[in-house]
Amino acid sequence: MPKPLFDYALRLADNALVLGHRLSEWCGHAPVLEEDLALANMGLDLIGQARSLYGYAGEVEGAGRNEDALAYLRDAGAYRNVLLVEQPNGDFAATMMRQLMYAAFAHPYCEALRQSRDGTLAAIAAKSAKELAYHVRHAAEWVIRLGDGTADSHRRAQDALDELWPYTGELFEADDIERALIADGIAVDPETVRAAWQRTMEDVAGEATLILPRSGWMQSGGRTGRHSEHLGHILSEMQFLQRAYPGARW
Amino acid sequence: MSEKNWPLWEVFIRSRNGMAHRHVGSVHAVDAAMALQNARDVYTRRGEGLSVWVVPSTAITASDPDDKDMLFEPTATKIYRHPTFYEIPDEVGHM
Repeated sequence: MPKPLFDYALRLADNALVLGHRLSEWCGHAPVLEEDLALANMGLDLIGQARSLYGYAGEVEGAGRNEDALAYLRDAGAYRNVLLVEQPNGDFAATMMRQLMYAAFAHPYCEALRQSRDGTLAAIAAKSAKELAYHVRHAAEWVIRLGDGTADSHRRAQDALDELWPYTGELFEADDIERALIADGIAVDPETVRAAWQRTMEDVAGEATLILPRSGWMQSGGRTGRHSEHLGHILSEMQFLQRAYPGARW
Repeated sequence: MSEKNWPLWEVFIRSRNGMAHRHVGSVHAVDAAMALQNARDVYTRRGEGLSVWVVPSTAITASDPDDKDMLFEPTATKIYRHPTFYEIPDEVGHM
């Protein structure tokens, strides 16, 4: 039985959870204490967004699955996040570039989702939009300083931009499930935020003296459960406790 | 990671409208814009603030601890400067 609203909420939640988990991997490893906290703050913003969305998805599904069941008891093939968010942290430049690419999309997307005819999604989007606005600012300021910094930081920022660019196309994909929800005024058509995303990327790259790759062939597959090998490793760490000790609480 | 420390900034936070900014600590940052972000990330995680100031630590001129007898001791004997010698009528209530 098709459950479009469940699928849609799950996609949004998976993006937020996987990226939030990636940021949490920096905890205790960031170059300076201030950035350690900044990365953890952004990670917690995203995990908070995921919790709200999983809670709603479980409610919509009506099969008794709560946020923990959806986050900890699904295998990689059932995850619906875009490939961008599961890419490895790499160096600091790669993490900030990935954050910028995602947030520059997710911020205008959530601003648009505030108008959703679904009141719960609109409320979650309103809260998320404020958090994501800060992620855009923080990541952009860093990308500018790295790109327009030393020869080494410039090279790393440009490498990150080039390597992650093919993962940005998937942000704008919409399938039949989503198109039906878009027609109903519940989901946002990702194509409508492409111009805002492109403008942010161009502005930041310009200030950072980085060269935006020409849009070419794009990676795809996360939205249908075809993930890179990285997601399995993320889940094996993230889900370990619930898998080893089912129902564990603290 | 640089061997050299980033410049230090002093952080001031105003918790509510009408209150003064209060010194809460310091952060390292490469420039003023990043100092503001770091201050937000380090010192406002529990809803502490509505406004943040950052000031380069080098911009602060501090009194010399060795001068404290000269500067501050003389006030100790001037208790009449404290407004504690007034009888407040009960009708005034909480002041």
